[in-house]
Amino acid sequence: MEEKDYLQDLSAIKNMMNRSSRFISLSGLSGIMAGSYALIGAWFARSILYKFKHGISYRQINYLTNELWFIAIAVAVFSILTAYVLTSKRAKKNGEEIWDVSTKNLVVAFLIPLLTGGVFGLLLLNQRYFGLIAPITLLFYGLALINASKYTLGTVKYLGFSELILGLLSTYFVGYGLLFWTLGFGVMHIVYGTIMYFRYEKK
Amino acid sequence: MKTILQNINKVFDNRVRLGIMSALMVNENLDFKSLKKLLGVTDGNLASHIKSLQKAGYIVVMKQFIANKPNTSYQISLEGRNAFKKHIDALERLIQLRNK
Repeated sequence: MEEKDYLQDLSAIKNMMNRSSRFISLSGLSGIMAGSYALIGAWFARSILYKFKHGISYRQINYLTNELWFIAIAVAVFSILTAYVLTSKRAKKNGEEIWDVSTKNLVVAFLIPLLTGGVFGLLLLNQRYFGLIAPITLLFYGLALINASKYTLGTVKYLGFSELILGLLSTYFVGYGLLFWTLGFGVMHIVYGTIMYFRYEKK
Repeated sequence: MKTILQNINKVFDNRVRLGIMSALMVNENLDFKSLKKLLGVTDGNLASHIKSLQKAGYIVVMKQFIANKPNTSYQISLEGRNAFKKHIDALERLIQLRNK
């Protein structure tokens, strides 16, 4: 056996270990898009909140929460749809299956902390702890990303750490929820999406 | 040099078997269909390589029922894990030696 064969064997081993356990087609571009949707959503949310800067009546609270829910759900739906379309396009290009062992592991690892945080957040809303919603969503989203990162590109882990730091900061500065949300779901997605795009996609 | 060559495992001197072992090193277990997709080989080819790895005692077969359907999945054995680690180690040392 030649030296070249040994090298090829080693790279084949490394390649298979990565390919069988990590989903590498995650699109950075979809992160940039999700961040942009979040910024647009935050702008709408701010202009709605601004209307009530001189106080709010009990009846207006319902109107306000409905509007904010609508924005949050619209941002989430558009982000997930964009991520799905762009990621499956890239998977096709890379010859990677969109639904295989590694993506199943990825989705399960991501959803366990995320759903726990989601239910926790709803229970807090029920108890009217409005100030803690932004920290909770940022913290659990960060944990979900870190947990899922072992099944996909390593950059996701650093995005997760950034969300954790923002989550803790916003627990300290209660009342600035929208600002930290904008940073966490808007700016951070754009920053890390751009890093991923230039590192893995633009070749 | 001779001792390193002794650690180069003949069983792994094949791309399909190398691929099966690599995939099983990083996954708790994989079923036949997933392995086939990963490696891009035919049923018969994959089955024969699985059999030889099984005979060497490097992988274990687990048969179970998922939603009333029989499902066969494969897991690396402790012996297989150690043998494969030794093999990778030997490959790395051989390359280092040649580069000197």
